[in-house]
Amino acid sequence: MAVTTSPAPTAPPRTPPKRRKPPRREAIAGYVFMSPWLLGLLAITAIPMLYSLYLSFTDFDLLGSPDWVGFANYKRMFTGDPQYWHAVVVTVLFAVISVPLKLAAALGVALLLNRKRRGTGIFRALFYLPSLLGSSVALAIVWQAMFGGSGAFNAFLRIFGIHGEPWVNDPNTALGTLVLLAVWQFGAPMVIFLAGLKQIPQDLYEAADVDGAGRLRQLVNITLPILSPVIFFNLVLELIHGFQGFTAAFVISNGTGGPTDSTMLYTLYLYLRGFGDFQMGYASAMAWVFVLAIGLLTAIIFSTGRMWVHYSDAGEQ
Amino acid sequence: MAAVTASPAVRVRRIAGVVVLLVILAIVLYPLLWMVGTTLKSPQEIGSNLSIFPQQVTWQNFADGWNGLPGITFDRFFVNSTLIAALVVVANMASCLVTAYALARLRFPLRRLWFAIMIGTLLLPQHVLIVPQYVLFRTFGWINTPLPLVIPKLLATEAFFVFLMVQFMRGIPRELDDAAKIDGCSPYGVFRHVILPLSRPALVTTAIFSFIWTWNDFFTQLVYLNDPTTYTIPVALRTFLDSSGSNQIGPMFAMAVLSLLPVFLFFLAFQRLLVEGINTSGLKG
Repeated sequence: MAVTTSPAPTAPPRTPPKRRKPPRREAIAGYVFMSPWLLGLLAITAIPMLYSLYLSFTDFDLLGSPDWVGFANYKRMFTGDPQYWHAVVVTVLFAVISVPLKLAAALGVALLLNRKRRGTGIFRALFYLPSLLGSSVALAIVWQAMFGGSGAFNAFLRIFGIHGEPWVNDPNTALGTLVLLAVWQFGAPMVIFLAGLKQIPQDLYEAADVDGAGRLRQLVNITLPILSPVIFFNLVLELIHGFQGFTAAFVISNGTGGPTDSTMLYTLYLYLRGFGDFQMGYASAMAWVFVLAIGLLTAIIFSTGRMWVHYSDAGEQ
Repeated sequence: MAAVTASPAVRVRRIAGVVVLLVILAIVLYPLLWMVGTTLKSPQEIGSNLSIFPQQVTWQNFADGWNGLPGITFDRFFVNSTLIAALVVVANMASCLVTAYALARLRFPLRRLWFAIMIGTLLLPQHVLIVPQYVLFRTFGWINTPLPLVIPKLLATEAFFVFLMVQFMRGIPRELDDAAKIDGCSPYGVFRHVILPLSRPALVTTAIFSFIWTWNDFFTQLVYLNDPTTYTIPVALRTFLDSSGSNQIGPMFAMAVLSLLPVFLFFLAFQRLLVEGINTSGLKG
């Protein structure tokens, strides 16, 4: 809306202005209602962010005062810390593998569920349950036990005569168990897919039937294009979520990121440097690079989104 | 459903669809059932019997788990978790509602800018803020108290809920505001007599998700709660894992199951509402 210069405290205009300047009383009320959020934005978000930027140029262990070190933290991060790059690789691997698998599972099950059938509501609810529970420490503990040496997963493999290993203790497979835990929580994007599928007009399929298009043709030429905004929405949401995974990696590796750093997600490494070694300056630098990377990634997804996301109504988002 | 005319081919496909769904469901539910089953097995059985069902049901794991950490029993952690979750629920409901009302209904300078910034904070990872906030709250002497977990929520930092409520309020007819204004209501009166009563569904959704997220949260609780007497359930469970060998799986699982019980009950009671909450705003589960 128009930026108002605060009106002089003379007689207020009695003519009701149509959508022009907001009445003064309403503007004041607006800021009164906004005041908790504004205070939060300033004290909990903006100032800490700036402080974090400052800290990223310092050496700070919480005890003394921060010592200015210029770009030393960033230099160390980019050139002197192989473990940092390892964490970056692990995080990217985790997100790039788990997010597409999760979305594929979500879309696949949503397509199966998207029929008029008794019990759909129960199926939907039960598939959604892991999304509610899965981010908890309790489930991460279960996962660690399930994929341990004598866990349920190996018991299952034994049926087929396969002698499994302790998956969470093997550097080659530990990250895989984290991916499975993420994919297991496909329920939330599935619910969003289901809502999107309900919006597709049935007569499109009837017309395709008349034209002799098979199920697969209909999926590729009708369902996926119309659903593309929803796919896009889920992709952005899950990627951002995926890059921030922490709890499961922390619990499954007993807070070490091991075995041999194979589950060292970015946030876990940040936590270990910041709150394990109290290298607050270094952790702040990592945090800032993280924010910039996520911002850049989001921008890239949005710009490529224009190529494959179809909006039926350009005016609507 | 008029399935009388369904051809055999269609019927086969339908049945195949249900069978596939049931198989996927079995895989999805297996870890949960295994977790619950394990809590009812004796220590010897946990090592030998890997099926879901215990041969002989024992409740010993719950008693052992409850006293599993030296010095403190789990009731302390339940009280701590409940207290923090309850405070966060109230803080989120109050602060996000007033913010959303301003953004959705009132006209004031820079409103669009504030709205855009609010959306922007949705994408901001909490990990950037954890170090400076820790330094800040530490100078306040707030470490090992619920304050670092609650005060930010009182200042409407949970932008998801602000967004959810803005979306909801946009669906409330403006004529109601106008009628109230004609009757002499100020913006505060409109809030009190129109928006607040009509926003109950959005408030309930916010309350439920606030509870579940706070109850399941680990990262911030791990950072701010270092004294065992202040531990919440997730932090305590983690300590349990750290301090115990694999022979402690039964008691640990028992406490894990208990910790998930409130979330599960919320799920049973409000599953429709939770699913709709996902739909309206893409809230994470």
